[in-house]
Amino acid sequence: MTLDSKIPAGPLDRKWTTYKNNAKVIAPNNKRKFDLIIVGSGLAGASAAATLAEQGFNVKCFCYQDSPRRAHSIAAQGGINAAKNYQNDGDSVYRLFYDTIKGGDFRAREANVHRLAEVSTSIIDQCVAQGVPFAREYGGLLANRSFGGAQVSRTFYARGQTGQQLLLGAYQALEAQIARGAVKMYSRTEMLDLVLVDGHAKGIVTRDMVTGEIATHAGDAVLLCTGGYGNVFYLSTNAKGCNVTATFRAYKRGALFANPCYTQIHPTCIPVSGAYQSKLTLMSESLRNDGRVWAPKRKEDCGKSPADIPEDARDYYLERKYPSYGNLAPRDISSRSAKEACDEGRGVGPGGLGVYLDFADSIKRFGQKTIEERYGNLFEMYENITGENAYERPMRIYPAVHYTMGGLWVDYNLMSNIPGLHVLGEANFSDHGANRLGASALMQGLADGYFVIPYTIGDYLTSQFGKKVDPRHPAFEETKLQTTARVQRLLDVKGNRSADDFHRELGLLVWDKCGMARDRAGLTEALEKIPKLKEEFWSTISVPGSGESFNQALEKAGRVADFLEFAEVLCTDALAREESCGGHFRTEYQTPEGEALRNDEDYMHVAAWKYEGDGVAPTLVKEPLVYETVKPATRSYK
Amino acid sequence: MNFHLKVWRQKASNAPGKLESYEAKNIPAEASFLEMLDIVNDDLVAKGQEPIAFDHDCREGICGMCSAVINGVPHGKDRGVGTTCQLYMRKFQDGETITIEPFRAGSFPIIRDLSTNRAAFDRIIQAGGFISERSGSAPEANSVPIPKTIADEAMDAAACIGCGACVAACPNSSAMLFVSAKVNHLNLLPQGKPEKHRRVLGMVKQMDAEGFGNCSNYYECEAVCPAHVPASFITSMNREYTVAAARKSAGATG
Repeated sequence: MTLDSKIPAGPLDRKWTTYKNNAKVIAPNNKRKFDLIIVGSGLAGASAAATLAEQGFNVKCFCYQDSPRRAHSIAAQGGINAAKNYQNDGDSVYRLFYDTIKGGDFRAREANVHRLAEVSTSIIDQCVAQGVPFAREYGGLLANRSFGGAQVSRTFYARGQTGQQLLLGAYQALEAQIARGAVKMYSRTEMLDLVLVDGHAKGIVTRDMVTGEIATHAGDAVLLCTGGYGNVFYLSTNAKGCNVTATFRAYKRGALFANPCYTQIHPTCIPVSGAYQSKLTLMSESLRNDGRVWAPKRKEDCGKSPADIPEDARDYYLERKYPSYGNLAPRDISSRSAKEACDEGRGVGPGGLGVYLDFADSIKRFGQKTIEERYGNLFEMYENITGENAYERPMRIYPAVHYTMGGLWVDYNLMSNIPGLHVLGEANFSDHGANRLGASALMQGLADGYFVIPYTIGDYLTSQFGKKVDPRHPAFEETKLQTTARVQRLLDVKGNRSADDFHRELGLLVWDKCGMARDRAGLTEALEKIPKLKEEFWSTISVPGSGESFNQALEKAGRVADFLEFAEVLCTDALAREESCGGHFRTEYQTPEGEALRNDEDYMHVAAWKYEGDGVAPTLVKEPLVYETVKPATRSYK
Repeated sequence: MNFHLKVWRQKASNAPGKLESYEAKNIPAEASFLEMLDIVNDDLVAKGQEPIAFDHDCREGICGMCSAVINGVPHGKDRGVGTTCQLYMRKFQDGETITIEPFRAGSFPIIRDLSTNRAAFDRIIQAGGFISERSGSAPEANSVPIPKTIADEAMDAAACIGCGACVAACPNSSAMLFVSAKVNHLNLLPQGKPEKHRRVLGMVKQMDAEGFGNCSNYYECEAVCPAHVPASFITSMNREYTVAAARKSAGATG
């Protein structure tokens, strides 16, 4: 099997323009003949649904939440990048492109990333026109802030709620189309399978989470905008409901899953305080501007109050190891160093999984008032969650899973290897390589939905004139029966362990063996343990109640069942990639100084995994990454 | 910590419901309110009993999905800082009895237990809570300067998370705080001006059609709002509405 990425020919900065000039368009009177199925209503899903509907397509949109406004894009805090160069500080489309490629450790496609940088400016125009209340200067023009991984100030923001405001903009545009009758919205509805007709994606199977009704929906194309798989780790900064089911079901129907091992760990989260914990809360990375990270030098000191640990017994390990960047070392390095300190038994707080982020020096230097002005809301949030006053004793922080760069493989049209199946936003793999820069996730979701898919979907749809699928085609009933049987199987086990309990065990295992640092032995061990856990799941899971009602235990069980299978694909990919790059760190592959050691000769490719059957290892399909414009370099932060 | 819970259990919209007692045992003080419910539910599921259904998602106070009335107060806001998910058990006394009910309003039918249907809010947004603008047709973002004070006030209004606590807290089950937040957010901005009259008329009409009550200045909405949306927006909305209604009765269109 070979993968055709369908990258347009020509110079990098002309590819998208050339593509648009030659794109296949569909006349207005023909658009209404096409029915599109969009799963997910976050930034990618809502923006795609609103845009395609206003263009004249018939859209059905699905979300598991009670309203499309609640999709997890809403929780993004920091901002959205765009190459507007409003600050006159040397930003350009090329610079945003280069920063993104470099941030991704040279594991993303040049053409996709350049297109993303090109459309970034239109996103800001679009959002402002929708009424997104971005921060402004006194003169009335838009304000910018700087963000990690860039030397220019190009991030637009709406207080600490940028994701919320961008999502509400897209949600409102979507609601306007629902009011017009152009979109039919299905809330509290979960996609449980993909329907293929003659190898093409022509529909989905859903479960109405209120009534339990399992139904099929037919369409001319299916768009998955269902987010990432961070919750395979159980604890992450994702919402509780985020799951891999839609993309994993598509994988089991033949779609390739690309680069699952690229997972991003955020260094400044509030640590886990006990087994009951259900999610991890992110705290802005900006705290590292004024806080000093340290752990006790001696294990014996870990139980002491930090005030009782004298200065010479503290190890300011980032300042020690990275003298020039110090506490501002990049996300992956900072996260890994915290893990190392804890692995050596020098962690603090419950379970020894935490390090200190100390503001004492900054408070001494600037006064408490200044620190309060800068970070008051974060200190309040920390106190609300932990009950500790960070002005008086250092904060405890620990890294947490935040974003997943891997996803279903797509070509330049955002179409997977299954004809008709398109994948947008975090659910696809295409733009962030091995690591994503801050403020780029919002940019990608909206780029895909507002400005890319409206142009690229025509490539597939124009091949489908006169090929409308009959919703009575046996494939629909057949897939529905399989889904119904699977749901029933979960209900029939009648064991004594909850889905959450299995999820926690899986999460701990995957975090331990395939988290911040990975090695061959650990991954091999995980790949032996996961199938056993899966077996135990199917013999002891407890799902009380019936399938024909609102049943949250059933919803969870179905999602955990998929995470259990997906975890194997994740570990398989991590084991196969024998190099360290971006969010994937293999301890066997590091420089003598402990930095990630890339292997461009053997691993400069996208690793796309093909499902071969239950209990059978997936096969690897490679898409070589060809760098025509940039020259891959080694990242250094010494 | 240990708690005695009295939880509203109701199998379906049309089924009768009642408060049932549960013991929440060995709850860490660091657990959030929803994590306390998770612990109780895990125990129920392991015993083959149906867990308490409740809405939640982001668990960081922004999605607006979680919704419970705790000891008579939406989100337990008298003890917490925001949404139900941001309330921590250390704010309770060991051994305390905690009553947990769904958001109660005729326009928010109960789906099951603590879970309610708040789709009425989506339908109010459909009636005008947007700016009509085609993707790709927007002018350059900086071509229309917006004074910082206006942008900030619009943001104050836009901060609404759509949870519905305002409705649950109001003796009249009024949705005026929610509706006024969106009307103010959009009507304040130059981009929202062209549709400002039809927006306020449409949204208020839909609000009434959904059966939400009127505002009679109890200010309970403002007190429980996790996003700190001020009740003064209701006043501004009433002004916008009066102007729009007068124009309409005088024969103006649009």
